[in-house]
Amino acid sequence: MGEARRGSRPLSPHLTVYRPQLAMVTSILTRITGISLLAGALLAVAWFLAAASSPAYFETIDRLMTSFLGDLVMTASLWALWFHTLAGVRHLIWDNLRGLDLPAAQILGWSVVVGSVMLTILTLLIV
Amino acid sequence: MAFITDRKRATGLGAASGGTEHHWNMTLSSVALLVLVPIFVFTFGSMLGQPHAEVVAYFARPIPAVVGALTLAVGFMHFKNGVQATIEDYTRGTTRKYLIIAVTCLSYGAAAVGLFALAKIAL
Repeated sequence: MGEARRGSRPLSPHLTVYRPQLAMVTSILTRITGISLLAGALLAVAWFLAAASSPAYFETIDRLMTSFLGDLVMTASLWALWFHTLAGVRHLIWDNLRGLDLPAAQILGWSVVVGSVMLTILTLLIV
Repeated sequence: MAFITDRKRATGLGAASGGTEHHWNMTLSSVALLVLVPIFVFTFGSMLGQPHAEVVAYFARPIPAVVGALTLAVGFMHFKNGVQATIEDYTRGTTRKYLIIAVTCLSYGAAAVGLFALAKIAL
């Protein structure tokens, strides 16, 4: 009933009208990494399904995922996962009304960027 | 027919009357994933590229299996809700509806396939 009267609600601001700065770029990257993680997640599901099905099928998927291209995709997914995780922590901090002033937000932004790269390297070294 | 003003009808309901619940669900799943994801990365990562028999034996164990199942279930629901918010931000009308339906089907589908596979390996 309310549908007809709702009209055209405004959409999110256009991405190109602002000068890029850290908080904005890392925030946009949070969404991009979150959506991109679908690729890695679907590969993981395919890998589990292959493991549950047969050794031959598993061999194929596992080889695909550990090939050069597979390594590239999995490493990118790993970074995206750590970035999204750290950026998520930043949002949880912000949700508690902490770290919202400019210097703190700047520190949090760089922590997410540097932290995600360091965690990716660390994970690759351990795994 | 309700004799009520638009303002009164909307007050306290949040975006599309479910905004606060949506946000709370994102908060809840993000905290859960904060615990699950690191464990999953190291259990899944250490098995990637290992022989089939070893992988099957490993994911038949309780912790790798349960963490894997929870990560996929909670992760895909977190994905569904997050992408829905993105779709609501950038599209409208019928496009918005089709995209939300597609993402919802994909998320539940992928989570179900993952859970089926893990259950089959574990049992």
